[in-house]
Amino acid sequence: MAAKTLTIDGKQISAFEGATLLQAAEEAGIKIPTLCHMEGVYDVSACRLCLVEVAGVSKLLPACTTRVSEGMEVTTDSERLRKYRRMILELLFAERNHVCAVCVSNGHCELQTLAWTHGMDHVRFDYRSPRWEVDNTHPRYGMDHNRCILCTRCVRACWHIEGAGTKNVSGRGVNSRIISDLNQPWGSSDTCTSCGKCVDACPTGALFSRGSSVGEMEHDRQKLEFIVTAREKKQWIA
Amino acid sequence: MNMPSRIVIDPVTRIEGHAKITIQLDDEGAVADAHFHVTEFRGFEKFCEGRPLGEMPGITARICGICPVSHLLASAKAGDQILAVTIPPAADKLRRLMNLGQIVQSHALSFFHLSAPDLLLGFDAPPATRNIFGLAAAQPDLARSGIRLRQFGQEIIELLGGEKIHPSWAVPGGVRAPLSEEGRQRIVQWLPEVRVTALTALKLFKSILKKHKAETQIFGNFPSLFMGLVAPDGSWEHHGGKLRFMDSSGNVIADQIDAANYREHIGEATEKTSYLKSPFYKPLGYPDGMYRVGPLARLNVCERIGTPVADEELAEFKSHGRGAVTSSFLYHYARLIEIIAAIERIELMMDDPDLLSNQLRADAGINKLEGVGVSEAPRGTLFHHYEVDETGLIKKVNLIIATGQNNLAMNRTVAQIARHYVRGKKILEPMLNRVEAGIRAFDPCLSCSTHAAGRMSLRIRVLGADGTVVNEITRD
Repeated sequence: MAAKTLTIDGKQISAFEGATLLQAAEEAGIKIPTLCHMEGVYDVSACRLCLVEVAGVSKLLPACTTRVSEGMEVTTDSERLRKYRRMILELLFAERNHVCAVCVSNGHCELQTLAWTHGMDHVRFDYRSPRWEVDNTHPRYGMDHNRCILCTRCVRACWHIEGAGTKNVSGRGVNSRIISDLNQPWGSSDTCTSCGKCVDACPTGALFSRGSSVGEMEHDRQKLEFIVTAREKKQWIA
Repeated sequence: MNMPSRIVIDPVTRIEGHAKITIQLDDEGAVADAHFHVTEFRGFEKFCEGRPLGEMPGITARICGICPVSHLLASAKAGDQILAVTIPPAADKLRRLMNLGQIVQSHALSFFHLSAPDLLLGFDAPPATRNIFGLAAAQPDLARSGIRLRQFGQEIIELLGGEKIHPSWAVPGGVRAPLSEEGRQRIVQWLPEVRVTALTALKLFKSILKKHKAETQIFGNFPSLFMGLVAPDGSWEHHGGKLRFMDSSGNVIADQIDAANYREHIGEATEKTSYLKSPFYKPLGYPDGMYRVGPLARLNVCERIGTPVADEELAEFKSHGRGAVTSSFLYHYARLIEIIAAIERIELMMDDPDLLSNQLRADAGINKLEGVGVSEAPRGTLFHHYEVDETGLIKKVNLIIATGQNNLAMNRTVAQIARHYVRGKKILEPMLNRVEAGIRAFDPCLSCSTHAAGRMSLRIRVLGADGTVVNEITRD
């Protein structure tokens, strides 16, 4: 596989052809914030947090799905990018009902951590405060749509790691929501194997173990990466 | 002819939360009626609907920044009922330890930070210095030891729950973490100091009691019922046990009532002028079924406390009443005895190996669709009543808060004090502070505010019958 040379934040690096900017940056020790990206499943560039500037391209590009090319000059951190990332985070918080103080994932939440690290001390947009319900019908897990950011990591984990295909997205725009099977209570799903991979994939408190109390829900993302590495590379590295 | 007027104290200072007092004058300028209004609306009973049961202790703890532990524990107990489990013995002991810490820190706040400035500096001291800072200047050792006493209580909460305020530690089925050995040692180190502080404060209060004969007579001294938890043997209880009602002559009129049956004994009335509900003892109806809860009530309804110093003090305390002690001013006294009771109980617990146990949580699904949790908050008996669907989502919440149960008695107290001190439209600040202090004796907790001391302004208005302001005083 041919190597490509490019510059990320002024640092000359080389990456395999076909690698994404996110992979190349990570290889070079450059951290780009992500939310819908998850090791072990394909990327969908849904959250837009990994947007980067590429010299000669006027629009911002998502690092998770943009492939490296020869001579690319990439900037991962700038005033413009910080402004957009913070705005994205604020919009995510304004869209549904994220109340960190009483959330099962308080202290272990990727959205909360990103908001914190991006200096989001308040939200400038009006909260939409929609009315979403909690699906607590599964014997082991619950789904709180109030806390869902529609990253679809659960859907991808369900289809492509577990292979059950229980989780899907229905609706459009702000009315989109994660569903089970044919938009039915999760507990009545015929396809769900109760493996819990969707729960481990969730970056927020939207998917949780039933009975969790405030701040108690910790998602084990490494477990998913472990399974995929074991399956694809035949390496069982915990 | 004089116009009938109203005096409004808004906000009431040095209490937890936002409230105002209205004093209605008649044509002659005498007090016709007085009311304590809670002007804030929280809505927890409504917006908790639809939430999973497991989140309820953490959510309802947010009701208050002073007594989050009380809500946490009552909520967890309601959850235990819905899981239909008996929690592990270690979890019960640890919950009790946290509640004792909570009682100490809250009572210390009430006495030293909020009420001691009135009691020790005098009701007529200038408002600018009649606060914890003035107390610290006048009696630095006392103020410092009081602040440290509160710190002790809060440290117990933090050592168990990981944070001083709003720990989400008690859960349906038990608790999340034990006490560490380091934590146990830390509490043991504190005990000699806080015992001295509590005994000194009690001695001081008893020494000034004679000077406050008028307050003892006037600050809410009237017959009423009293309610609190008692152990099966009738001794002082703060977390387990069952309910007891006593009348002001000391007769037990209902005993060993299971919390689950509270609705047979307690009704809840609402008033147009306040967001605070007015619970009453059902058999006597509203408003005759007025009852008081909290330290005064707990010491009235119990026969003994079960620890040596507290029992000695309880006997002396009870000598202030015939049957029951009826003066609300003596809430302060009862609070100080309860601090000693809590410290003695904590001392007794410290060698119990169960505090370090890891068997802390009974795991179960939704086995009942309804549960009532009751616990003694510092201010009185607290009820959390939940109904859930079969998946454990909350369908209905009813909370009966200690301060609400004292609502009728607080109104009565305000009227009694006002009748004694208010004469006509002329308002003197120290007189109004006595009205406020009458409320303060109940230590009402109306919200999560921990920043009340010295921060609120006081506005007093005299309104004519047509609603126009005829006199106004503002204190910053």
